[in-house]
Amino acid sequence: MIAPVAVPLFASAMMLVLGGDRRTLNATLNAASVVALVAIAIALLRGADTSPDGLLGVYRLGDWPAPFAIVLVVDRLTAMMLLLTSILASATLIFSLARWHRVGAHFHSLFQLLLMGINGAFLTGDLFNLFVFFEVLLAASYGLALHGSGTARVTAGMHYIIVNLVASLLFLIGVSLIYGVTGTLNMADLATRIPAIRAEDRALLEAGAAVLGIAFLTKAGMWPMCFWLPRTYAAAPPPVAALFAILTKVGVYIILRLWLLLFGDHAGASAHFGGELLLIGGMATIVFGAIGCLASQDMARLAAYSVLVSSGTVLSAIAMGPVDMTAGALYYLVSSTLGLAALFLLIELIERGREPGADLLAVTRELYGEEDELDDSKGTGIAIPASIAALGGAFICCTLVISGLPPLSGFVAKFALLTAALNSQPDSIPIAAWIFLVILILSGLATLIATTRAGIHALWASPDRAVPSVRLVEIVPIVALILLCAAQTMQAGPVMRYAQAAAGSLYTPHDYLRSVLGTENVLQHIRREPR
Amino acid sequence: MEIVLAIGIGVLVSSGVWLIFRPRTFQVVIGLSLLSYAVNLFIIAMGRLKSEAAPILSSGGVGDPGRYADPLPQALVLTAIVISFATTALLLVVLIASRGLTGTDHVDGRELDR
Repeated sequence: MIAPVAVPLFASAMMLVLGGDRRTLNATLNAASVVALVAIAIALLRGADTSPDGLLGVYRLGDWPAPFAIVLVVDRLTAMMLLLTSILASATLIFSLARWHRVGAHFHSLFQLLLMGINGAFLTGDLFNLFVFFEVLLAASYGLALHGSGTARVTAGMHYIIVNLVASLLFLIGVSLIYGVTGTLNMADLATRIPAIRAEDRALLEAGAAVLGIAFLTKAGMWPMCFWLPRTYAAAPPPVAALFAILTKVGVYIILRLWLLLFGDHAGASAHFGGELLLIGGMATIVFGAIGCLASQDMARLAAYSVLVSSGTVLSAIAMGPVDMTAGALYYLVSSTLGLAALFLLIELIERGREPGADLLAVTRELYGEEDELDDSKGTGIAIPASIAALGGAFICCTLVISGLPPLSGFVAKFALLTAALNSQPDSIPIAAWIFLVILILSGLATLIATTRAGIHALWASPDRAVPSVRLVEIVPIVALILLCAAQTMQAGPVMRYAQAAAGSLYTPHDYLRSVLGTENVLQHIRREPR
Repeated sequence: MEIVLAIGIGVLVSSGVWLIFRPRTFQVVIGLSLLSYAVNLFIIAMGRLKSEAAPILSSGGVGDPGRYADPLPQALVLTAIVISFATTALLLVVLIASRGLTGTDHVDGRELDR
C-alpha cells in the first residue's frame, strides 16, 4: 500500500543518482515506474472493491497505533483517484517522449516526484502529512510548469508559485488552528472528536476549517481564487498541462474527503458547515469558466477555462449532494479529467502548424540545441489528409466529452448529475437543483460553441497553415485517452456502481473510522455519537 | 507573554500582506518570508505557550504531562520552516530568471506605464 508513494520516490532518486542528463535511461526508468504504478493502482482498486466494507486497509507507518502516528488509507475513492493519476501519467509520458522531455533538464525525475506527491495526497489519513505531500507535488509542479523556460512560462510560473505559497501558508494556519482546538491531526480521530467540541471552541474550529478550505479551493480553482489558473495552464508545456488536469482534482478530492468526514451528517452542531458557500462558489466557477471559454482566443486558454468548468461542476455537485449526486460527480470527475488531458495534448499538435506555437517551439529549440531538428527530419509524419483527419476526429471526440454530448462519457456523467439533482427530494425539486440544471446545460452549450469555433478556425479555415507533422507516439496517447472515455461509456453500469459505492462509504464513514482507529476507539466513538 | 507574541504575529502578518501586494518581485519575496515567520510562530502558539518546559520526557518515568511542552507543534514548525525555506529559495531563482528574461522586476514582467 505504500508502493504508490515509494515507487516514484525510488525511481526519481535513481534517476538523479544515475545522472540527470542520461535521457534514454531516465525515460526507461520513468516508463517502468509508471507501468508499475498502473498495475499497483489496478490491484488496489480490485482489492478495495472486493473487500466487504470498501476499504482495502490501513498502513501504519512505523506500526504505531493510529492517532499517534501517520496512516495511509486505501478505500474505493482513493483507489479510483490513484488509477486515474497513473493512467494520465502514462499517457502524458508517452506523449512527452516525442519531443517535450528534451527541452529542459530533469523532466523525468520531476515527473516522478509530482506523481509521488499526488499519490501521497490521495493516500494519507493525516492532515499534516497531507501538507507535506502537497508541498512535494507543488514543488515538483513548479519545476514542471517552468519546464522549457521562455518568458511567458517564467512570468506565469512566478504567479503560480507565489499564489501557491500563500495558499500553503493558509493551509498551515488552518491546520494549526484545528490542532489547537482538537489536539489531533489524524483525520479519523478528528471526525470522532468534532461532535464533542465545546460550544465556545466551535467558532475557532470552524475558522480553522474555513482557512484550510480556502487553501484547497485555491488549488481546486474555485472562483474567486482561480485567476492564476488559466494563465499558468496555458503557458505550461502541453504534457505537463495535461498532467496538471489532475492537480485541481487533488484539491477537489481533499474537499470531498475532509468535508464529508469532518462535517458530514454525524458532526453534531457543525454538520454541513460551509455547504452553501461551496455550492454558490462552485456554480460561480462554472459560470466564470464558461464565460472564459467563450472569450478565450487561443486553444490552450480555452482548455484551461474548461478545467475551471469541470472543477466547478464537481464542487457544486459535492455541495448539493446526497449520495447519488456525489456518485455522479465522481463519474464526471473521471470523464472530464481524461477528456481535458486529451484536449491539452491535442492542442499542442494542432497549434504546431500555426504561428504563435511555432514561435515558442523555435525559442526552446534555439535554447536547447540541435537534437530537435534532427529529430524532425526523421519524424514519421503521416500524409497530410490523414494527420488532419486524425486530429480533427480526436478534437471532435474531446469536444463531445467536455461539453457533455452523446455518445461519449461526458453525456452519461451530466445525465447522472442532472437525474440525481432532480430526484434528490421525492416530492419537490429544490431551487438550487433548478439553478444547477440551468448552469450545467448552459455551460455545456458555451463549451460546445467555444470549442467548435476554435476547431473550425484551426482545422478548416486556414488553408495556408503548415502541415502539422504528427508522430505516431504523439497521437497514440490521445486516442488511448479517448478510447478510455468510450470504455467508460460502454461500461457505465459497473463504473457507476463503483462510484455509488465510493460515495456511499463517504457518507457513512463508520467503516473508515473503525479501520483507522481500531476497535478500542470505536467504542468511544459510538458512545460519543448520538446515532 | 501571550500578548507580546500576538502583537508580534500581527505586525509580521500585516507587513507581510502589505508587501505581497507590492508590484516588485523582491518585495513579494520578503513579504512571503515575513508571513511564513508569522505562521511558524502561530503554530507554536497553538501548542500552548509554556516556558522552561522540555518537549521530551525525562528518562525513567512518565511524569506529569503538565510539566512538559507539547512536542507536536515543534515538529510541525521544523517541517514548515524547511519547506518554506526551500520554496523561497526556488522563488528567488525564478525571480532572477524572470528579471533576466523580461528586463524588469515587476511581477507582471512589464512596467505598467510602458
